[in-house]
Amino acid sequence: MSSDSDHYETSVRERREEAVAAFDERDKGLMGRFHHALHVTPALVPLIVLIASIAVFGLLIGDRFFSPFSLTLILQQVQIVGIVAAAQSLIILTAGIDLSVGAITVFSSVIMGQFAFRYGIPPVFAVFAGLIFGLLCGLLNGFLVSRMKLPPFIVTLGTWQIILASNYLYSANETIRAQEIEAQAPLLQFMGTKFTLGGAVFTYGVIFMLLLVLVLAWVLKHTAWGRHVYAVGDDPEAAQLSGVNVRGTLLSVYGLAGLICGFAGWALIGRIGSVSPTSAYEANIESITAVVIGGISLFGGRGSILGALFGALIVGVFSLGLRLLGADAQWTYFFIGLLIIAAVAVDQWIRKVTA
Amino acid sequence: MDPILKGRNLVKRYGRVVALDHCDFDLYPGEILAVIGDNGAGKSTLIKALSGAVIPDEGEVTLEGRRVRFASPNDAREAGIETVYQTLAMSPALSIADNMFMGREVRKAGIMGKLFRQLDRTHMEQFAREKLNDLGLMTIQNITQPVETLSGGQRQGVAVARAAAFGSRVIILDEPTAALGVKESRRVLDLIKDVKARGIPIILISHNMPHVFEVADRIHVHRLGRRLCVIDPRDHSMSDAVAYMTGAKVPEGTLTPA
Repeated sequence: MSSDSDHYETSVRERREEAVAAFDERDKGLMGRFHHALHVTPALVPLIVLIASIAVFGLLIGDRFFSPFSLTLILQQVQIVGIVAAAQSLIILTAGIDLSVGAITVFSSVIMGQFAFRYGIPPVFAVFAGLIFGLLCGLLNGFLVSRMKLPPFIVTLGTWQIILASNYLYSANETIRAQEIEAQAPLLQFMGTKFTLGGAVFTYGVIFMLLLVLVLAWVLKHTAWGRHVYAVGDDPEAAQLSGVNVRGTLLSVYGLAGLICGFAGWALIGRIGSVSPTSAYEANIESITAVVIGGISLFGGRGSILGALFGALIVGVFSLGLRLLGADAQWTYFFIGLLIIAAVAVDQWIRKVTA
Repeated sequence: MDPILKGRNLVKRYGRVVALDHCDFDLYPGEILAVIGDNGAGKSTLIKALSGAVIPDEGEVTLEGRRVRFASPNDAREAGIETVYQTLAMSPALSIADNMFMGREVRKAGIMGKLFRQLDRTHMEQFAREKLNDLGLMTIQNITQPVETLSGGQRQGVAVARAAAFGSRVIILDEPTAALGVKESRRVLDLIKDVKARGIPIILISHNMPHVFEVADRIHVHRLGRRLCVIDPRDHSMSDAVAYMTGAKVPEGTLTPA
C-alpha cells in the first residue's frame, strides 16, 4: 500500500468537527415552520378549512346556520359517511382503497333487518349477525389483497359488485318499514336514539362516530399495530425487512374496516328508520371524498384519521350551508370537486421534503 | 479461536443457476470481515443465507458453535444477527424512534400496556436517543423527526445505530457507503469502527476497495459462487484483490485456501 492512497482523504478527516451526520436544525422562517407543522400534524389543513367554512356560512346565513341545532344536524347527516370514512381511512393508510364499503354497509343493515323479520331471530342476534357479516366481507377483501396479492382497487371493485348484487337478490328489493321496526325490533333503530343538550340534538350514531374516530386515532398513534399500519402503507418491503408482519397487518385492517362498515349499517337503520337495500350505495365514493379532503394521502402512510372526520364534516357544512342559501344542490358537488383537487395539491406540497 | 458465525458447504440454486456452489464462510469474534466479489458472484445470496432472507438448499450455518436454521430475517434477528440492507428498510414518514423500534416495539407496563397495548413512547425515545448519542450521531435531540427529513448519511447512521442497538452477535452491512458522498462515507466508516470497538463482529459487503482496505481485518474474496480465498489487507494490495475477484490472478499465500 503506497502512502498516497492512504492519505487521499486527509482533508475530509481533518474537518471532523463539521459532524456530517448530525441533526442540526436551521431556522426555516415562518413559511418553513408552517410547512413543518403541517408535515407533523396532517389534520391541521382540513381543520382550518372546516373552521373557515363554518365561519363563512355563519356570516352569510346567520343564526339559521350558526346554531347548536343546525350544527348538530350536520353531525347527524354525516354520521354514516363519517363512520365509513373511518374504515376507508384505515385502508387508504395502507396504500389501499376499498370500493366495497358502501355495499358492505347496506348489506349488513339488510341482514340485520331480514334476520329479525324474515326469520324471527331476536334483534340482538340479528344485529350481531350483521356485524359478523361485515367482518367476514372485510376479511374476504383482506385475504384477496394480502394472500393472493391482488390490487385492492380490483379486489374491491369486484366485491363491491358481488356484495351489492347479493344484497338485491337476498332482500328481493324489499324495504322493511320504520313503523314495523319500531313496533317489533326497536333495537335495530338504537343508533338513531336522540337526546338533546341545550339546543343541540345528538344521536347514539353520532356519538358512536365521534368515539370511533377518537379511539382509532389513539390506537393508530399509540400501539404497535397502529405504527405498523403506517409502515405498511409507507413502504411494505421496508416494513417486512424491519420485522413487521405485513400480511397479517393488511388482513386485520381490511377485517376491521369490514366490521366498522357493519356498525355503519346499524347506524344506517337508526338514521333512516327503515331497512332499505337501495340506501347508502354512494358511501364508497363519499367516504373516499372525505378521506381525501381530510388530507390522508392516497399513496398511503401519511395522514390522520381525524382529518377524515373533518373531511366528512366539511362536506356536510357545504351541503347544509348551500341548501340554506337556496343554491342548486349541484353547487355542493361543484365545490366538493374543487376541494378534492385542492386537498391533493396541498398533500403533494406537504410531501415535499424540505421541512 | 472458533468462528462466531460459520457456513459450510452452502448451496443455493435458482433454477439452473447455481448462486452458491458449496461455499464456506467464517466470521471470527470482534473482527470486521469484508466480502468482495464481482457482480453476480453470489455475495448477496451468501449474505441472505446468513441473515435468513434465503434458505440454502444444502449446507449448514452455525452460530457460536450451534447449528441454526433461519426461516426468515426475524429468526436471524432473534438470534442476534442484524442486517442493514442497502435500501435501509426504513419507513420515511415515521419518526427516528418509530423506525428504530419497528417490529419490536416496547409496551407500557401495567394495564395500559397489557390491556390497551399502549406503547412506551418515553422509553423508546430515550433508548433511541441514547443509542444515537453513543455513536456520536446526535447534536440536536429531535428523535421524533421523520426519517425522510434526514440526509442519506444521517439515514445510514440511524440504520447502523438500529443494528448496533439490537445486534448482539453479528452485524451485516450491505454496501453502506454505495449511495453516499465522500464526507458522509467517512462518517459511516468511523461509525463502523466505533461499532467494532464495542466488540461486535461486522460483515461488510462493499465494492469500494479503499473503504474495504481501510476498515477490514480480513477480506473474503467471493468468486463464481464460492469463497476463492481470504486475504489479509496488510499483505495484499487493492489491485491484487481486484485481480483475484475478477479471475485475472490466482491467489497464493492466503489465509485460507479455497
